[in-house]
Amino acid sequence: MSGARSWVRLVRRDVRLGLSAGSDAAAALVFFVIATALFPLGLGPEANLLARIAGGVLWVAALLANLLSMERLFAGDFEDGTLDLLALGTLPLELVALAKVTAHWLITGLPLMVVAPLMGALLNLPGEAFGVLAASLALGTPSLSLLGGVGAALVLGTRRGGVLLALLILPIFVPLLVFGAAAVDAAVMGLTVRPHLLLLGGLFALALTLGPIAGAAALRQAVR
Amino acid sequence: MTGVAGTAAPPALAGVGLACLRGDRLVFADLSFALHAGEALILTGANGSGKSSLIRMIAGLLPPFDGHLLADGRLVQEDPAAHRALLAYVGHQDALKLSLTVGDNLGFWATMAGRGATGRHSVDEALAAWDLGRLSDLPARYLSAGQRRRLALARLLVAPRRLWLLDEPTVALDRSSIAILGDLLARHRAAGGMAVMATHADLPVGDGRLLSLDDHAPPPAAGMSAP
Repeated sequence: MSGARSWVRLVRRDVRLGLSAGSDAAAALVFFVIATALFPLGLGPEANLLARIAGGVLWVAALLANLLSMERLFAGDFEDGTLDLLALGTLPLELVALAKVTAHWLITGLPLMVVAPLMGALLNLPGEAFGVLAASLALGTPSLSLLGGVGAALVLGTRRGGVLLALLILPIFVPLLVFGAAAVDAAVMGLTVRPHLLLLGGLFALALTLGPIAGAAALRQAVR
Repeated sequence: MTGVAGTAAPPALAGVGLACLRGDRLVFADLSFALHAGEALILTGANGSGKSSLIRMIAGLLPPFDGHLLADGRLVQEDPAAHRALLAYVGHQDALKLSLTVGDNLGFWATMAGRGATGRHSVDEALAAWDLGRLSDLPARYLSAGQRRRLALARLLVAPRRLWLLDEPTVALDRSSIAILGDLLARHRAAGGMAVMATHADLPVGDGRLLSLDDHAPPPAAGMSAP
């Protein structure tokens, strides 16, 4: 099927471009590591306190790292005319938006998930919470990329898009932050984590279905 | 609404009473044209007269402020995907990724146009037609402005499209490249293809029809009292 082949090619191209340009994907990861490492330095080596706040710290840092790399998601294609051609292509713009978000997650969300346990150890996260941390990030970071993609499409062509993007998207990230951090917190406290993870899964399903549609609508406005 | 002016065969592409609004300025109004298979339409006009806007409107990127676009007598907005599948657009910007090679850049657009296993072959042919064959493995950042333009125009060859929309295609092209473009346009039209081009320079298209957008500029006072 040529539609599937186009979609995969677009994802592969974006991953290659993201890795070759290096900057954005690597910057997001380095930001995540440094931001979480600042907390033990700022709060002092009090193990219980760090374990208590680890979930929230990791989730806030993941959310901000995602936001940091999000502004350029469509900007390059918008500036060099690629977006015009993608909008005129045979692949529906919804799938174009989904492909670009998928590539973004592969080069930012996935590496972040890999490093998160290390940063958890640095924050004295108890052993039994590591599995829940991984699960919450696996369900949450794709949603961050999907919702952030809508914001990135909406701010195309505006000046100071980065600030606008933060104002637009951070409130929408709040439910993800609340349930993601609460899941890790519950694991630390020995409470049940299932409802939090189910809610994260529900939000992911919502973001996966509505995100590309809203993103494509915003892209259509941008190429006018 | 079917057909225009009751002709036997409706034109393959027609605009009826098109108007374009950019910001709050009426760029052109009451613009009509008809294009049959094998014909070329050359848009002329001063800077800002709406040549690029008209091309983007025909492509479907910019919805008309007023009027209709018809393809084979049917409203384009009724089936925009079918309309998009028939056209190729080369805008001001070359849409190249500078870190990818020349071959990768063109191969990407061949895949996006829905070309399968034969894509590689047609990419090489398209590069050869524009005399870019030996640059296939070079990152696009090392191309000159004219070579980038040629690579953008090579997209026209990787997927057969009935309607070519070219916005200032000759910018940065040298004389021999303009001759290549003229040759490709002649073959495209001989095969029943159509072309709409915006240009300042003389394009080697022979008998293309001219449409001056200066003739469709709204009178200054009417600018704000548009429908």
